[in-house]
Amino acid sequence: MPTIELRNISNFICRNISLKISSGELLVLLGPTGAGKTTLLNIISGLTPYEGSILFDDEPIDKIPVSRRGIGYLFQDLALFPHLDVRSNIIYGLFIKKLGQDEIEPKLDEMCALLNIGHLLGRYPKDLSGGERQRVALARAIAPSPKILLLDEPFNSLDIKTRKYLRIEFKRILKGLGLTTIFVTHDFKEAEEMGDRLAVIDSGKLEQVATPQEIFFSPNGDKVADFLGSPNIFGCDNYEVLGNGLVEASCEGLTIIMVWDGEKLNKIAISPEDIYVSRNEPPGPSINRFKGTIVEEISHNSLISLKIKTKTKEILARIRKEDFISENLGAGSDVFFILPLRNLRGV
Amino acid sequence: MNKLNWLKPQWSILPVVVFFGVWEVVARFRLIPGHFFFPPFTTVVQEFYHLTANGVLADNFFSSLIRVLIGFSTGSIAGIAMGTLMGYKENIDKTLHPIISLLYPIPALGWLPILMLWFGIGELLPIIIIFICSFFPVLYNTVTGIKTVDRNLIKVAKTLGASERNILTTIALPLALPNIFTGLRLEAGMAWRTIIAAEMVAIPTGIGALLMRAESLIRIDIVIVCLIVLAGMCLSFEQFFIYMEYRLTGKWR
Repeated sequence: MPTIELRNISNFICRNISLKISSGELLVLLGPTGAGKTTLLNIISGLTPYEGSILFDDEPIDKIPVSRRGIGYLFQDLALFPHLDVRSNIIYGLFIKKLGQDEIEPKLDEMCALLNIGHLLGRYPKDLSGGERQRVALARAIAPSPKILLLDEPFNSLDIKTRKYLRIEFKRILKGLGLTTIFVTHDFKEAEEMGDRLAVIDSGKLEQVATPQEIFFSPNGDKVADFLGSPNIFGCDNYEVLGNGLVEASCEGLTIIMVWDGEKLNKIAISPEDIYVSRNEPPGPSINRFKGTIVEEISHNSLISLKIKTKTKEILARIRKEDFISENLGAGSDVFFILPLRNLRGV
Repeated sequence: MNKLNWLKPQWSILPVVVFFGVWEVVARFRLIPGHFFFPPFTTVVQEFYHLTANGVLADNFFSSLIRVLIGFSTGSIAGIAMGTLMGYKENIDKTLHPIISLLYPIPALGWLPILMLWFGIGELLPIIIIFICSFFPVLYNTVTGIKTVDRNLIKVAKTLGASERNILTTIALPLALPNIFTGLRLEAGMAWRTIIAAEMVAIPTGIGALLMRAESLIRIDIVIVCLIVLAGMCLSFEQFFIYMEYRLTGKWR
């Protein structure tokens, strides 16, 4: 599978983007709505004009038309051909290449086995569920054996459960195929789950390219930190292994227990959305439960950001407006907050 | 439910039977003024049989049918071809749209005087009238059909290696079929209405001409026979295209 290199790519949205993606890598392009993620995919596929140069395996492909770039593209709305049944949708790319029936049939069988869609072949897209449509669209994109696969927020329209299931399944399939893949999303958790590396893009500019952990713990500038929701990061002074896969860390005056992967622990982070805040002392064991005072409240549409000061650290939490009102919270309120074990990340 | 299903055809036939029954009674018993001009239904049926048996109806019917078939098929094919080009290629659309917009509002029969002078009164004249009558609406529906194809489908086809011609034949045209069939369905009926009007005015043969001759002889029964044939043909053509549309697009719509 080829490496992809983007050299100084610019157009009406993207600004001077340079990026290198290794052979077989699954890179996640992460950014808010309107950041230029889809535009960048369209540029790579040749659907949108651009300045700069794109290289596949060090060979420029700028003059190669979209139909001959060898790209599999899964659109956000999937764009299954409504007038073709599942079978014809999957083999469309092979049919266009004028492959013989002896080549088409084995490939179709392979796709059916890989994505478990054999029972859907005679159906039309209108008769498929959301998850089935995703699989068929992926089968259609990879059936012609593309060099590169571009996935544009493919799980956007699905419910959380199907989304989670398909994420795991797609990742398994993509890793198995060893395709060089760019996966677009605006959801950090999805990005973290799918990607080897993440490229954060905002306002058409590449802000940071790094592993999910590097981006979460060391966001490159305010834009990236804002996009990630300004996670709370605690520097760890020391830690003690408790056994059963847990570790107790002493971080900036707080004693935090978290799941331990056996690596050296320098920092612990948690998203503001993941912190539980209550005026009354919550029931249950006093693990990762701390006391503090709200020093500032910032209202966003349906959420309220709370700056909570402990003796040693200022924490940012984000709660729903209804909870803020029902708990009768406000600046000056003494509160308890919990850092849930499962939502803590360590590095 | 199944027990009641057999009733459905009977219910749809009932109004027709009532209509012909009332007609027969009203005309037979001279229940309305001016009954000389209102023959009973059975008289019309007898005349239909008579005209069929002596070949007059068949001769005129086939004259009209051939004109409609040639004019309608050539007009529709040209409309689909040009509509496809205009819908798919923006520069062609921009070039031709002003001319088409100017010509489209002119009713097909409005061309009759000028076409009579250009081509004379012959077989070509009604065919050209039907061609014009079919061409513009089918063209407009095809342009709309092609233009409303989801652009993402075209993009996907491109990434899968499809050429412009592949996209046109495998994506754009099949997806424009519902719109194209709307045009064909409406214009199939319109073609018959137009040919009758043209034959009444300027052509000496065909159902329209027979209708005019019957009118001059105050043969209302023949006039009604001609109108029934016209209604039957409009309906048959429309039903044919409804059936074809269902066959070609029913599975995926």
